[in-house]
Order: sequence, then C-alpha cells, then structure tokens
Amino acid sequence: MLSSASRPATTTPKVPVSQFLRIAEHARPSIRLIVDGQAVTALAGDTVLTALLLAGRRVRAGEFGDGPRAGLCLMGACQDCWVALADGRRVRACTTPAEDGMELVTR
Amino acid sequence: MTQPRVVIVGAGPAGIRAAEVLVHAGLGPVVIDEQPRAGGQIYRRPPPGFVRIPRALYGFDASRAQALHALFDGLLPRIDHRPDTLAWNVWAGAVHTLHDGTLRRQPFDALILAPGAMDLVVPFAGWTLPGVYTLGGAQVALKAQGCAVGRRVAFLGTGPLLTLVAHQYRKAGVEVVGLFETSDARRLRRGAWSLAADPVRLGRGIAYRARLAGRVPVRHGITPLAALGRDAVEGLRWRDSAGAEHEVACDAIAFGYGLKPETQLAELAGARFAFEPADGLWLPVADAAGRVAPRVYLAGDGAGILGARAAEHAGRRAALATLADLGLDDGAAVPPSPAAARRFRDGLRTAFPFPGHLAAGLADDVILCRCEAVTVGALRAAARETGAREINRVKALCRVGMGRCQGRVCGVAAAYVLAAACAMPVGAVGRLRAQAPVKPIPIGACRAP
Amino acid sequence: MSALATEVCVIGGGLAGASTALHLARRSVPVVLLEKGLAGAQASGVNFGGVRQNGRHLAEVPLAMRSRREIWDNLPALIGVDGEFTVTGHLRLARTEADARVLETFSAEAAKLGLATDMVRGQALRERWPWLSGVPVAGCFCPNDGHANPRLVAPAFARAARAACAEVREGEEASAIERDGAGFRVATRSGLELKARVLVNAAGAWGAGLAARFGEPVTMHTIAPQMIVTEPAPHRVAPVLGIVGGAIYLRQIARGNVIFGGGDGIADTATTRHHVVPDATIDAAAVAHELIPHLRHLMIIRVWTGIEGETDDLIPVIGASRTTPGLFHAFGFSGHGFQLGPMAGKILAELILDGATPSPIAPFAIGRFAPRS
Repeated sequence: MLSSASRPATTTPKVPVSQFLRIAEHARPSIRLIVDGQAVTALAGDTVLTALLLAGRRVRAGEFGDGPRAGLCLMGACQDCWVALADGRRVRACTTPAEDGMELVTR
Repeated sequence: MTQPRVVIVGAGPAGIRAAEVLVHAGLGPVVIDEQPRAGGQIYRRPPPGFVRIPRALYGFDASRAQALHALFDGLLPRIDHRPDTLAWNVWAGAVHTLHDGTLRRQPFDALILAPGAMDLVVPFAGWTLPGVYTLGGAQVALKAQGCAVGRRVAFLGTGPLLTLVAHQYRKAGVEVVGLFETSDARRLRRGAWSLAADPVRLGRGIAYRARLAGRVPVRHGITPLAALGRDAVEGLRWRDSAGAEHEVACDAIAFGYGLKPETQLAELAGARFAFEPADGLWLPVADAAGRVAPRVYLAGDGAGILGARAAEHAGRRAALATLADLGLDDGAAVPPSPAAARRFRDGLRTAFPFPGHLAAGLADDVILCRCEAVTVGALRAAARETGAREINRVKALCRVGMGRCQGRVCGVAAAYVLAAACAMPVGAVGRLRAQAPVKPIPIGACRAP
Repeated sequence: MSALATEVCVIGGGLAGASTALHLARRSVPVVLLEKGLAGAQASGVNFGGVRQNGRHLAEVPLAMRSRREIWDNLPALIGVDGEFTVTGHLRLARTEADARVLETFSAEAAKLGLATDMVRGQALRERWPWLSGVPVAGCFCPNDGHANPRLVAPAFARAARAACAEVREGEEASAIERDGAGFRVATRSGLELKARVLVNAAGAWGAGLAARFGEPVTMHTIAPQMIVTEPAPHRVAPVLGIVGGAIYLRQIARGNVIFGGGDGIADTATTRHHVVPDATIDAAAVAHELIPHLRHLMIIRVWTGIEGETDDLIPVIGASRTTPGLFHAFGFSGHGFQLGPMAGKILAELILDGATPSPIAPFAIGRFAPRS
C-alpha cells in the first residue's frame, strides 16, 4: 500500500539493473572485468564495489542463506563487501581499485 | 641521540595537524593510513584521473580541504607516509601493520591515534538488502566515485549528515524521494540554541533543509519499519508520528544516526572506557590533551565526535602533549579545547538524539549482526535462556558481534537490545571488547620468521 | 554477614567444577559452587573445542574414552544443549619420520587400551584428505573424536548444575579458605561465609595456589593458549587436526569458520588479565597454510585467549588430597581439559560419595609433586 504522503510515481518504475548510477567523472579510460564469467566494463579509478554495482545489484552472497549483499559503509569499516577473485584471493570491494582483467566471483 | 619514533595512525584532519606539529619540532613521524591519499573521510581525495574541482567535492569546506591536502603534501619529504596500510594491532610498544599482503611491526616511542569515525546505525528489517547504505557511504560514493547509490534514494535517520547528504544528492541531480528524520521539530528547535555556537554551520544546515523541504517530502518524528524488496531495495516502509504506516518506492536507502568513534586501536593500546550517557556510547577516557595510556594519544573524531575543525585542534594538542612527554617541549602552550565545538556538539545531541529505543522495538526476525546473520531474537533468547546480562557473555552465546567487523556496526544496537530485554540501563550491560585484528588480515600474509 | 552451611563447596566454575557440582547435585548432595567471575569464562569456555582421545598421554586415554561415552554421547541429557558437538574424527599429523614413529607408538599402545585409530601414510593421506599439502608424512586418525563449542558447553554445565539444585554463585571470589574442625570454612570477598564438609579445588590456573595452602605443592605455571578464527568459507576440512609437537590444532565448523590454535599469549592470574601476542598468531597462521594451502586466502577475523594452568608433566591433578581429609582436586588440565574436564567432575563426585571410582586415576595423584623424603 502506498500512502498519499509518499507521492508514488503514477507508473511503476522499471526495475533497475544496476544499483549505482554514475553521475560524474565519465572521462576516464575504460577497463574490462569478468564478473561471474560475464564481461563487464568499468572506468579506471572505480573501486571493485563501484564496478560491481554499476553492473548489477550484488557484491556477494551472505554465507548463512541470508540473501545477496552489496556493502554498507563504503569506507572500509563494516567489512560487508569482501568478495572473492577467481584465483581465490579475497578483496574488500569498497577499498580495492578495480583493475583491467580482474575476475570476480559474487555467487 | 636518535630521534624518538612517533607513529600517527590516520591521515585525516587530526592526523595531518599532528604530523605538522611534529615536523615543525624537527621530528619525522611515521604516518600510517588505510587510504591511498591523505585527507580522511571528510576531505577524502578522489582517485587519480578524477576531474571535479574541490568546490564540487567539498562545498563550503573546499578551501579548508585544499589547505590540508597542500599542508600534508608539503610534509611528505619529512615524514614516513605509509598509505594503503592497515594498523591491525597495537602490542608491546609497536603498531602491527598490513600493506600489500605483508605484515610488519612498527615500534614507537609515542603513538598518536586519529582513526576517525563511522556512521552510528540501528538495524531495521531488510537492512542487509543491496541498496541500503550508511549516509557516510552514500557520500563517499558521490565524492570519491562520482556515483549515486541509487536512482531514487530515501534518506533516513538523524544528524547533520542526513540533511547534508540529501542536499548533495539532490544537487547532483539524483531523485531524493524523501527525508525521513527520527528526531522531531521540538528537539530540533531546542538543539538550535546550542548549535548557534557555530552560526555558520547551523545556518548551512537550516538552508539545506529549507531547500530540500521545498522540493521533497521531509518528515519528522518517524519510525523506520523496513527496507522492502526481495533481492534488492524496492521501497521503504515507515511510520509517522501519528502512528500511520506508509511506503515509499525507492531503489536505495541512505541512513544513519550520527557518528561513532573508531576506538578499537585505542583499546588495544590500553585505553580505559567510560559510558557517556549523552551519546549512549562507551568512549575512551582521555585527558584534555588526548592521553589515553602511557605515550598513547587519541585525537579527532576517534576520541569523540566534535567534527573536522575540532579534530585539527585535537591533532595539534595531541602532538604538543607528545612533545612535552618526550621532553621536547618547545614551550608552546597547548591551545585550549574549543568550547564552541563542545557547545555545538551538545546542540547536536539535543537536536538529533540517538534513537536507541528503536533497537529495543525491533522484531525478533530482524538481522542484528550482519556479519554472522544473528537475529535480534537470537540475542534475546540467549539472554532469556541463560540469564546472561553482559554483552560479551551474550556474544559468546549467540555470536552477535563475532564476525568480520567485530561488532563495529551492530555493537551499540546489540547493547540496546540486550538492555531492553533485561530491563537494565544500557550503560549497565557493558560494551563489546575489541580484539585483534581490528580488521581482517589474510592467513597467507602470515609467514614463518 | 550471611553464613551458609552445605555438604560440598566447589571452588571454580569451569568444566571440572561445574561438572562436579552437577554430578553431586544429581545425587541430591547439597553443593555450593563459588566462581570468582562468570562460570566457564576462562580456559573452559574459550579453548579450542577439541573433543579428542587421539594423541593423549596414555594415562589420560582411559579417562578420555570414558568421557567420550558417558559425557559426550549424553551431552543433551546431561546439560540440556548439544553444544554443537560433532563427530568428525581427529587426525594427528607428523611432519618427519621421527614424528611418524611417535604416532605409530601411540596407535599401538592406545589399541591395547581399546582405542581404535588408523595409521595413514604418504600419498594415502592426500587421497583421503586432498586439501592437505605435501608437508605431512603420516597421520593417525581416530574416527570417533570430534569437536564442540566451548562457549556454549562450559556455561551450560554451570546452568545444568544450577537446574539440578546446586547453588552456583558467580562473582564470588574466595578470600579465605581454611580447615574448620572436620570440614572447611570459606569466606568470600563479598562477605559470604560458608561451612562445608567437603572442599573441591577446581580452580584451574588458580588450583596450584589453593592446593599449596594445604601443604600440597604442584609444579604448575600459567599459560594462555591462543586461538584464531577466520571468516566463514565453504566447508572442506572435516576432521579436527593436530600435529606432533602441538604447533597447531585446527577445525572447521559447520558454519564455515576455521578455528585454530597454537602458541601462547600472556596471562596473569593475579589480575585475571590475558593478552594475545601478535607473533604467536602469525606463527600459527603460517603453519596453517603450510599444511592446508587453500587457507592462505582466508581472512583472520579474531584472536583470543584464556587463562589455564599447565603442570610440569602436562597431565592434570585429579583425586583426593594427600594431606587433608575431605579435600579433592581437579585442575591443571594443561591446555587439553575440554574433553576431559567434565569426566574429572564425575570422577570426583564418585570419590566423594562412593569413596572410589572405576577410572584409573593413580597417575593423576597430587602426591607425584610432593618433595621426595
């Protein structure tokens, strides 16, 4: 139920395919990453978290069947966004720069 | 005589000013910082290749940010700056660090901790869904990555950051679906008297809010109920002050209830803690110069939330106290603590009180500890079934605060849940003790000597 | 000042003390347990959590086997919770041929006591446990060992004792303990005064100090075994691991966290304070990924320790006092009392009530530390 106070949109908004929205700093070189086997484009200077959330709405799966996670504090404090690289290494997505050729596993 | 080794942890406003004072006294401190570039969270510098001008990044504080950045860059030849470096433990006169997969021990004669703060949160149903971020996090995304955390963002909570970040998002062209404030108009008015101690900051806050109020719904005295959605945020459910429930569609929620000092390193370095009823938080016990243990000093928001300008003062004071304690006192007077900053903080406490009662009212199935997926109900059951009344004991029984973040995120709320469950004042259930490592370190970095 | 008369007074709310109180109370004996802090807050509640018969001092094997049957197989009936007890087997590894011979000797001797173990050598180790590195040359596997969660088990013993009508008093530190006629008088810092016919010394790291008051020296020092836990990871390491020499012991719990111990922190019995030492953490972690390479990517999220007493011969004191009628001891488990401690409590209850126990406890007599005359 949507209340009048919250002024809902008259049409249902399309379900967004990405969590983040890039609104500035577009003029940077492109880099390519592999996320769950799929090629993803990002910009040099993006964090792993930014790259993942511009390409989708998850960073990792909760370990205890509690659904997908996508970080919380974005400043390296909450430790919610640790994600695995394809080679098994683990990185904190919000404080790790995305690198060309990086392979990430979010599932 | 060899120079005393002074180590500073944190390169925000407090750490930079401490380094400045030490360098002027002829010392070359080690400055350990987790970030790649100095500035702290508030004056965080974007990665190389970003082009927005400081005014766009830091607003009214642009000149201050630039001055601190330039100051630090000028100090670089005379300090040992270690960026991208985690200080994970303090033990036996040394800071233990992790940088690029390598562990290292950095001995010190004096240690200045300027670790900053993070958002203070209270969980709510659905808060683990992708799309829920702290206010600080939403701001970092904007400043340091040029991204909004969603296309349609609901701002929830209390404190100056709520208004500021909502304003910054709207200005950046992001749809702000509403500002949902847990404090009420009466408290905001009362707090304004003390906030007038810093008329410039008060004025900006009022101006931002007025601008928002003309364009987006601004609600006071609300209770957050749930982040809605299956795999990611699709809306926010909240209750108004009259008790009616509402839902608003959004794809992101930015929330927070003020800031909480990062105190783990101070604790490992030997600081004692006392409960501060006005904040509902346990804070390290420090003297006026920031001394928390022999040759250990605490400065900036890591000592108690007073803001960036006060942090600069505190950094200087801690460095001067360090010099005095090392016998290098050059006669400079320790500047008095800024009374206006403390009055302003009192105003913040009055206007934007931490709503600990929200934790007490959470349903049993809400996840309290995100790391270990421990629910509010699991904590209550542990207390009920065992009679445990102390938060570390309850942690041992139900795993709350045992995960990767070590209770940084949920610890305060967990104490409020426990206190309510056993009808005790929140200061009486204790606080989660810090244990090393203060942030995760990889097993592979550990190599036999 | 409150005065209390009881049959048995137990000093110490760890596993041995709480289990003594539980077994006495179940046989309707009035018992008061005094714990200076919280029950199970020291070594009993913060240890590694290994439930093992494998690799023990041979004198402990019969007690450990009995504990496995009578305590661990009956945990829910005994204390009301399963304590996350899981039977996974225990694999003790050897890195050298000399260490492999240690395993073989144990395996042969334990068999004579009725404990079945398998010796696994060379490549067969990797075939059975493919996550092992090439470092171990042999292993001794005991299939019915396992692990449990000490944080849950230790306090549950105290709660079960209370539920069985033992009087469990936490936050009561004994300040005076003396002989009083045919029994004992105990006074606590809070002003509680207690008279008891029987006194049980289950004071853990503080046990030797208490024994000394009754003219019974025990050569024991304080240790702080250091534990490490990682973030959760997919479950791969099933058996509990140990290694000859004890440099590391490791288990992975069902939730995925890997818990391992090794090295010592710093403990002070005078202040009840303990600290982890970073170098010990680093050394133990280095051994962990040397043995199990895939662990190198896992993040350590927490390190802890607790206070424990270690005797010179590394086995506990269990049994009646040699000097003082009515005094019984169970302490000095030397860092491996989690599996055994509850059994020691049951044995003391037998000694107190029946004057005898079916378990062979002669090797644990306190008299072994007495100066030779």
